[in-house]
Amino acid sequence: MTLLEVRDLTVAFGRRPPVVRGISFALEQGQRVGLIGESGCGKTVTSLAVMGLLAENASVRGSIVCKGTELVGASDRELSTFRGDEISMIFQEPMTALDPTMRAGRQVAEVLRLHAGAAAGAARERVLAMLAEVGFSDPERIADSYPHQLSGGQRQRVVTAMALINSPDLVICDEPTTALDVTVQAKVLDLLDRVLTRENAACLFISHDLAVVSQLASDILVMLDGVIVERGTASEILTAPKHPYTRGLVATSRLDLVEPGSRLPVVEDFYVAGASG
Amino acid sequence: MSNEIIFDARSLTRTYGTGARAVRALEAVDLTVRRGERLGVVGESGSGKSTLIRLLAALDTPTAGSVTFEGRPVTGLAERDLGFLRRRVQIVFQDPRASLDPRMKVRRIITEPLRSPLIRAELAQLDPDARVKEMMEAVGLDYADADRYPHEFSGGQRQRIAIARALAPKPHVLIADEPVSALDVSVRAQVLNLLNDLVDAFGLTMIFVSHDLRVVRHVCSTAIVMQRGRVVEAGPTASLFSNPTQEYTRQLLAAVPSFRT
Repeated sequence: MTLLEVRDLTVAFGRRPPVVRGISFALEQGQRVGLIGESGCGKTVTSLAVMGLLAENASVRGSIVCKGTELVGASDRELSTFRGDEISMIFQEPMTALDPTMRAGRQVAEVLRLHAGAAAGAARERVLAMLAEVGFSDPERIADSYPHQLSGGQRQRVVTAMALINSPDLVICDEPTTALDVTVQAKVLDLLDRVLTRENAACLFISHDLAVVSQLASDILVMLDGVIVERGTASEILTAPKHPYTRGLVATSRLDLVEPGSRLPVVEDFYVAGASG
Repeated sequence: MSNEIIFDARSLTRTYGTGARAVRALEAVDLTVRRGERLGVVGESGSGKSTLIRLLAALDTPTAGSVTFEGRPVTGLAERDLGFLRRRVQIVFQDPRASLDPRMKVRRIITEPLRSPLIRAELAQLDPDARVKEMMEAVGLDYADADRYPHEFSGGQRQRIAIARALAPKPHVLIADEPVSALDVSVRAQVLNLLNDLVDAFGLTMIFVSHDLRVVRHVCSTAIVMQRGRVVEAGPTASLFSNPTQEYTRQLLAAVPSFRT
C-alpha cells in the first residue's frame, strides 16, 4: 500500500524562483528511500513540505498525500495530528532539536501525551521502555538528565526515541548523523536500522553522503537544483549510475578506490564539455 | 620528507580546570614532525586533537611539557616574541562561515596576516595586492572577485579563501583542522585535490586533523591516532590501515561507512 505520494511538488519562497521544481515520488509501507543531493538542492525543503513545517512565505503547489489525506493546504490543526503521530522527523543537530531547559524523559513523554493522551504515570513507563529500546542501559538516569548532560550520540538517541515512541508510519531523517563522530554515527545508523525494522516504519533518509545513505536505504532519489535527476534501487544507483551528476557523486564518495595522494575525481569530470553542466 | 625536525613536542600535557573537576585534555604526548611530512591526526571529539594543534601553534600554553619549532623553543615565549612562529605556521579551520569575518572583503581577509605587526617585520618586501592576486589564482578563485564579501561565495569557495589567507604569509607549516568536514562530499574532493597540489607546489609541511580515516589515508603519509588525550597508535598511514595494532584503531576503521550494495 502506498503510504506517501508526492506529485508535482513545487516550493517557492517569496517571489524568488522555486527551489523545488515539480518533483514526484512515492513511499510504500515500510520502504526506506534515500534522498541525496548537495547543500541548496532542495532536499530539506522537500522534507519540511511533507511535514508541513515550511515558513509562512513559502508557496507550495502540487500534492502530498499521506494515508489518503491531502497535506498540501491542510490546516495546522489537521497537520498537527499527523506530525509526531503518523509522520515524525529526526533533525541534524540534536542540541537544537531538544529543549535545553527540560529533562530528556519529559521531552519524550510530551510527544506521547500530546498524541496518545497517556496519563503521566503510564507515560513514564513507556518512555523508559522506549529509551531502553534505543540502546540506553540506564534509561532512568537518561530520562532525568538535561540535554547538556548528554553526549551528542546520546542526544541523537533521545531524539530518535521521541520520533519513534508513537510508532509513526513514516520517519523523516534529515542528515541525522552528520554532526556525529564516525563511531557514534555507526551506532546511530545501526540503531535506526533495528528500530525501523521492528516498528515496520518507512523512512525518508536525507543526506549528502552516499556511503551513509547506502547503510539504510533500499532505494535512492538523486536531487539536483530542485529536480530529481535520477532514481533507482540503491544498488543500481551505486553500481551503475547514469546521470553525470550521480556518476560524479558516486566517484567522489569512493575514496577507497583512489590511490592515496593521487588526484580525486570531482563531479565536473563527469560532465562532457558542452553538455548539461 | 627530509630528516630535519620541524616540530618537536615533549610530554605535552594540558589540563583544563583545577582540583576535582580538572580534565586532562592531553596527557604526556611526544610528537616529532619532519619537514615535508604530511601528518594525519585522527581521533573523535574529546580525543585531544584540537588541544594538540592549539599547543603546537602556540594558541594555548601547555600545563607541562614543551614545544620546539625549527629548533627554537616556543613554550614560555611572550606573544611579541612569537613572530617567527606566527608567520611560519598557519591554520585552516573547519568551518569557513565561522573563520572568515563576514564584514571584510576577500582582499582584506587574505592580506590580514600580512598586516599583523608580528608578521609584517618578517615580510616587509611583500606587495599585498600582488599577493592577493597570486593567492587567489593559486587556490582557483578569480581575482576579479577580490572585492566581494564571504557570503557571496559557496562553502567550497569560502574554504579556498581561508586557504589563500593561510598561505599568504608564506608559511612553512599548514595546519588543517577538519578542513573538509563541513563541506559536501562533492566539494570535499575539490578541496582535498587543492590542498595536495598546494602542499606539493609550496613544499609545505602539513598537519591534517580529521575524524575521517578515509580522508587521512588519502592525504597523509603518516598518522597518529588519539584517544582520551593520548596517542594510541602512530606510523605510516598505509600500515595503520592494513595492519592496525590497536583495538581502538580497528574500531575507528570498522565504523567508516562503506558502500553497501
